[in-house]
Amino acid sequence: MADLRSNLAGIQSPNPFWLASAPPTNSGYQVQRAFEAGWGGAVWKTLGDPILNVSSRFAAVSFNGQRVAGFNNIELITDRPLEVNLKEIYETKKMYPDHAIIASLMVEPKQEKWHEIVKRVEEVGVDGLELNFGCPHGMAERGMGSASGQVPELVEKQTFWAKEAAETPVIVKLTPNITDITATAEAAVRGGADAVSMINTINSLAGVDIDTWNTIPHVGGKGAHGGYCGPAVKPIALNMVGECARSPRINVPISGIGGISNWQNAVEFMLMGASNVQICTAAMHHGFRIVEDMIDGLNNYLDEKEIPSVQELVGKSVPKYSDWGNLDLNYKIVARINNDVCINCNKCHIACEDTSHQCIDMLKDGQGNPILKVREEDCVGCNLCSIVCPVEGAIDMVELESEHPPMTWNDRQAVLGLVQEKKGNLTP
Amino acid sequence: MTKSEKMKISLTDLSRNFEEVHPALTDREAVEEANRCLYCYDAPCIQACPTGIDIPSFIKKIASGNLKGSATTIMSSNPVGASCARVCPTEELCEGACVLNHSTKPIVIGDLQRYATDWAIKNDQVLFKKGERNGKTVAVVGGGPAGLSAARELARLGYDVTIFESSSKAGGLNSYGIVSFRLPQEVSFWEVDQVKNLDVKVRTNTTVGKDISADEMLSTYDSIVLAAGMAHVPDLGIEGEELDGVYDAIEFVKDTKTKPLTDAFIGKTVAVIGAGNTAIDGATCSVRLGAEKVKILYRRTQEEMSAYDFEFEFAKQDGVEFEWLTQPVKIHGDEKGSVRSIECVKMELGEPDKDGRRRPQPVQGSNFKIPVDAVIKAIGQTRHLSLIEQFQLDHKDGVVQVTESYRTSNPKVFACGDVVFGKGKGEAMVVTAAQQGKDAAYAIHKQFKEQSVTI
Repeated sequence: MADLRSNLAGIQSPNPFWLASAPPTNSGYQVQRAFEAGWGGAVWKTLGDPILNVSSRFAAVSFNGQRVAGFNNIELITDRPLEVNLKEIYETKKMYPDHAIIASLMVEPKQEKWHEIVKRVEEVGVDGLELNFGCPHGMAERGMGSASGQVPELVEKQTFWAKEAAETPVIVKLTPNITDITATAEAAVRGGADAVSMINTINSLAGVDIDTWNTIPHVGGKGAHGGYCGPAVKPIALNMVGECARSPRINVPISGIGGISNWQNAVEFMLMGASNVQICTAAMHHGFRIVEDMIDGLNNYLDEKEIPSVQELVGKSVPKYSDWGNLDLNYKIVARINNDVCINCNKCHIACEDTSHQCIDMLKDGQGNPILKVREEDCVGCNLCSIVCPVEGAIDMVELESEHPPMTWNDRQAVLGLVQEKKGNLTP
Repeated sequence: MTKSEKMKISLTDLSRNFEEVHPALTDREAVEEANRCLYCYDAPCIQACPTGIDIPSFIKKIASGNLKGSATTIMSSNPVGASCARVCPTEELCEGACVLNHSTKPIVIGDLQRYATDWAIKNDQVLFKKGERNGKTVAVVGGGPAGLSAARELARLGYDVTIFESSSKAGGLNSYGIVSFRLPQEVSFWEVDQVKNLDVKVRTNTTVGKDISADEMLSTYDSIVLAAGMAHVPDLGIEGEELDGVYDAIEFVKDTKTKPLTDAFIGKTVAVIGAGNTAIDGATCSVRLGAEKVKILYRRTQEEMSAYDFEFEFAKQDGVEFEWLTQPVKIHGDEKGSVRSIECVKMELGEPDKDGRRRPQPVQGSNFKIPVDAVIKAIGQTRHLSLIEQFQLDHKDGVVQVTESYRTSNPKVFACGDVVFGKGKGEAMVVTAAQQGKDAAYAIHKQFKEQSVTI
């Protein structure tokens, strides 16, 4: 049994699986059920001045019959009185002292407001604070959430105010609705953040009903943009985690969020630099019980790899994540089709023929059976054929020995620059 | 518990036993299955379909919610595509060719085809338009799968088409010959209506050769498609065949589709002679009419049986018993002239005969009697010999001889479907007949186009 205990900026939890601040962590009843099911921590649904919610709040995107490939919501922060939430946090922490409870906070960008809320939640025994600078809908129209999270100065200032009052670690939750997330992450670090978490939801409209022409969801015939999450956003989140993890100016731990649906996704985020992960959509789709496989699968993975502690995964892939200019231009892979495994759906052929580099031929073997063959000299190693192939092991992407030593674009430009310089020197 | 109770056969409401047995896909099942289709390029399922339905396309259209487009894709290639969705031996055709046989499990193409065409039936869709009239007339003899198919394509190409149908409704085998619990009549009638919607005239209760002569037809129409199918089951040639309780399997099945279901079979013992798909139909219909014991008697073995495997399994599920190497030699009756028993002789297989199947020979002195209340003959079908001869067409034992483009010895007459289906030419399938009907129509069109160019 591997050691699954995780530590995010001093916040301990029995495993790295936290419930993200969202509908699943709305009440003591829910968080207690979650801890009972095995979740290591919970970020309580954002506290602030109580708001009003609309009805018809969620929508999801199905893809080819698969439900909840993406998820969209227009629900705001907690609509329960602060006192009720504080009382339930206190009770829950008492019942589950080893599990992490983090209070998600969102108030107006005023120093006294931050001081007041930080003090009140720390009084009931939370293990840490998460500043919600990410929520893209509703609250942003009032100058909170992503409206302040998109302005590095506001992120820095508010983090600073929270830190002035805080005794527990402060996590800053970042919005992806920004060109370069490292800009706001750095601002959080300058403000004194102990950790950053990402990503919050992405501005979205889940769909339009093609019969009524209403938005999906709609509130009495009118819609507004929501926040997008779920499996579809995972690649976006993973990149943002990776960008922050490899930035030398962002030297605080990261809590990874965004489309994590199982233990494998969690491992990916941790390898790319997350110290733990936060999950919401998967729990909303299947219930709290899914954490059992997350824990079990992660444990089996670590045991199989003979890694004693989950913390050893953190950041292991970060050195492998770089800029395009550092990729080896002389590295070469080509597709090879194993005709004994291939089922002849010809999807690779048509994908290559119509949309890539026209190098997969449909041929007949000696017995007249249909076979597919790659003309390796024309293959650019794009992977498209192996991506569309429905059969495991039918197409291998094979590395070819390069005739040339590794050379990146940056190497090339540097050499060219040198030549240019020499030429320049020679010019009288 | 009696056998009929075990089979969930109702003896009080026989009509329930004739409801379609294979359940339709639900919307969710259809979409899930449609999404499982790989949408192969140059897909082998298309090649395996005798009518060349663009199967990946119609399945993709189910996945995208374009059911009208899906049904149109199917019916455009196969004018009897709704029936074929139910009666095609799909595991030997499209589903057998599905590439997923080599990785997981094949797509249930037949069920998806039924899903799309059922939608079109339920929503009263008219999928095709007639072509601009070109002034030519064509008569189609027989409104079965081949005839309907030829008529539909000719009407789309602009021909003025009249179908001559001897029964009271068109559809042929699909309307009358395939058991209701496989193919409900309304499916076939919808296909007929699709053809009628193209202004194809259907003259029912009209037997060519009796009600209208071949000569008259030849002089009235520019071209003729002979798609008359096959006739009744031949005589067994044994004593007692005229007794009350001896049935022609084709007529027997037709009665279950056209008349109030008889309760005369409840609790009775039935022997069915033959082991083709029609024999299975006769046997399973008997079970559904409440017969207590149904036996199929076949003079060869399971090896040589021509029924599809799934039909054989289906009959076994229905509790039908099979007596191999058993040949009837006499039917015994009582004083009132009703069947009492059937006398059989045991057979053994000798040398292979012309069609490659081992010839059965009687075992001397092995005669035995099986007490039965009814005998159903299902040993093949005879040919419409006099009709063929009225048209003066070349034929071999009643099989009309045609060129590759389905032209007969009379260049004005084309033939397709069972009238051209000869021994040893593979399986007679509805879907093959449909394709032949299309091909005959295209051949006629080509002939007229060439003539107009020459003139």
